Amino acid sequence: MHFPDPRGSNGSRRLPAAAAVAALAVASLVACSTDDTSTSGSGGAGGGITINVALAANPQMKTAESLISDFESKNPGIKVKFTTLPENDLRPTVTKDVATNGGQFDVVMIGSYEVPIWAERGWIIDQTGYVAEDAAWDKADLNQPIIDILSKDGKQYAAPFYGSSSFLFYRSDLAKKAGVTISQTPTWDEVAAAAAKMDDKANGVSGICLRGLPGWGQNLAAITTVINTFGGSWFDGNWNPQLTSPATVQAVQFYVDLLRQHGQPDAAKDGWEGCLQAMSQGKTAMWYDDTVFAGSVLGSATPEVKQNLAFTMAPTGPAGLASGWLWSWGLGITASSKHPDAAWKFISWATSKDYIKLAGAEAGWDSIPPGSRKSTYEIPEYQESAKSYADLTLESISKANPKQTTVGPVPYQGVQYVQIPEFVDIGDYVSQQIAGAISGGMTVQEAMEKSQAYTTDVMKKAGYLK
Amino acid sequence: MSAVAEAPLSRTEAPGRAPRSARTLSRRERWQRRGPLLPALVFTLILTQIPFVLTIWYSLQRWNLLSGGRKGFNRGSNFVDAFNDPIFWRSAVNTVLIAGVASVASIVIGLLLAMALNSTFPGRGIARTLAITPFFAMPVAVTLFWRSAMFDPTFGLFGFISRSVGLPSVAWLSDYPLVALIILLTWRFAPFALLIMLAGLQSVPQDQVEAAEVDGAGVLLRFRYILLPHLRPFIELAALLLAMNLIQTFGEIALLTAGGPAYGTTNITYYIYLRAFSAFDFGSASALGVVSLVLTIALVLPALRLLSGIFQAEGRR
Repeated sequence: MHFPDPRGSNGSRRLPAAAAVAALAVASLVACSTDDTSTSGSGGAGGGITINVALAANPQMKTAESLISDFESKNPGIKVKFTTLPENDLRPTVTKDVATNGGQFDVVMIGSYEVPIWAERGWIIDQTGYVAEDAAWDKADLNQPIIDILSKDGKQYAAPFYGSSSFLFYRSDLAKKAGVTISQTPTWDEVAAAAAKMDDKANGVSGICLRGLPGWGQNLAAITTVINTFGGSWFDGNWNPQLTSPATVQAVQFYVDLLRQHGQPDAAKDGWEGCLQAMSQGKTAMWYDDTVFAGSVLGSATPEVKQNLAFTMAPTGPAGLASGWLWSWGLGITASSKHPDAAWKFISWATSKDYIKLAGAEAGWDSIPPGSRKSTYEIPEYQESAKSYADLTLESISKANPKQTTVGPVPYQGVQYVQIPEFVDIGDYVSQQIAGAISGGMTVQEAMEKSQAYTTDVMKKAGYLK
Repeated sequence: MSAVAEAPLSRTEAPGRAPRSARTLSRRERWQRRGPLLPALVFTLILTQIPFVLTIWYSLQRWNLLSGGRKGFNRGSNFVDAFNDPIFWRSAVNTVLIAGVASVASIVIGLLLAMALNSTFPGRGIARTLAITPFFAMPVAVTLFWRSAMFDPTFGLFGFISRSVGLPSVAWLSDYPLVALIILLTWRFAPFALLIMLAGLQSVPQDQVEAAEVDGAGVLLRFRYILLPHLRPFIELAALLLAMNLIQTFGEIALLTAGGPAYGTTNITYYIYLRAFSAFDFGSASALGVVSLVLTIALVLPALRLLSGIFQAEGRR
């Protein structure tokens, strides 16, 4: 009785441990499977379908989220579950999900840079068939350049939620005070001269605010449009990096000089957020940025700024190319979605003419998703509310040509980015170096030489160059 | 009982081990104690060791999510790239600078504050609460606040102060980004050091202090020969905990400077984030993770050995 006891009970003691492990394993399996059903929805006995939508946490998207009861009442049986993430978190989250076929989302909001890449990988499905059947959605009403950047090989892979270009914001009262006139189609030289005159350091008002914060979607977007219109480019026709070519260096030098001489102080920390604040609080006389921020500035501006805010087309450089960029947030259906039809119904609703009218009436005309449809610009209330920038936004978008953004022929598309998967890597590096030049830590020449070497290295590894 | 009867047949090795001294626990008792911990242990293993093994696996592969399906082993070229990557080494130096300087500064400021708060004065309760508040404020909110309301030359407090005394305002985040980051981190972590130092100060043997006073030792001598030796384990503990926290700094960098300019404030954590979740190059990001883990272990092992002495305080004195 003495020695069998420990072993006997040892055997039975081991059981709970094993049971615990098994229970844990089962629990995690259950967790997985419940996750599965809740995320991809089940069209089972209840008859209800749940689609999961990943959105960027921008004001226009938040409006869509708040108006979803309209969709659900028109489409009984379809429930929409939103995952709203800040832009920087949205990209990694949805990329991981679709790249690993995770099936977490049915509808994803992605930028125009990603759409063709994702289409090529087969991560999002061709919407051409849905578009053809959905007459009410009215494809002809969409702005053609916006549809172009959400398509690959002529097939539409995402529906535009909003579209935008870039233009120049300026304060007409400060221009008058400084004795400068800014034409409707200014050149960068004209803008630099105006910035010098309007620069008022004593009162803390900078001549111009430009993005300086590193990031391929931050300072590099603005700088690339300047490079294009100065006659430079990222690559030549054979994918040789052109970052040290005279035109490219001249463009970057111009941007950095303008920012260092007459730009906002501590410029390397400011992305569009910083400039939006500076513009709306009257701390800068001009700002070159996205057309979609016109409504945001007017919404948050001091009365003095609100009355005197004016807009012109994106400034042009020596090469004279129209230089406004082109961006769109599109809604795509993931290849792993189990309910593509319901997903399209949601997309069709969120990008329809009716939705824009609904958002205007319910949430205010400043917060509708702009730029995607021509008909938006024919709504009387919107024309009234956005009269200072509506026509210019439409014109900027229609003048941008993502298929030919540079003077010479290049093998890539995209205005303020290069439509290749490696661009994010290259762009992050180059934007850091240029931010170094903006902060004064290195010269533009040094920054561009480092960038050229890095880019060449990446392009060789990726097989574009021998 | 039937289980007991069957058991000897299946476990023939047991009798040899059966004689146990009364002091050691029987297997049954040991399992009785360990058993309840097992789920937690298994859970921890699943959450830490499996990802770790996967990271090593990924680090040996060419795997970029965006550039398509060309996934496969690339014979350790991710590691060669990591060692040849100047930005990685720069971020390693930045990591050491950020963690080192901010730890030391936090301890010094925390000690000074603790000594001030350890003496009695009216309103001490309020002062203590205020002094430790920065540590409990949310890092994201704090960083955004510092960015726009402190460092910003136009809107910020620093700019306002230097303008009101007639000096030009400093472009902190362009000209001294690393200094600015360390200031913010020190502000945030000094209260943490303060808490540990205060605990140390309150256990200072008062009889020794009084004896030294009677012997005519001044404030500095008392600090050097009584306080500091007493506080040594507390300082070591604070240094280790601070360094562990500060090596992982991420949110402050992402929101204050986005790692820039020219990678001037990029630490290893942020650089791995850029490689993995901006460029989606999981292979090279995993390799960077493995390399930095090896480096961290090499740095932390001596520190841990030092710390283990803290728990045997008698042996150290």
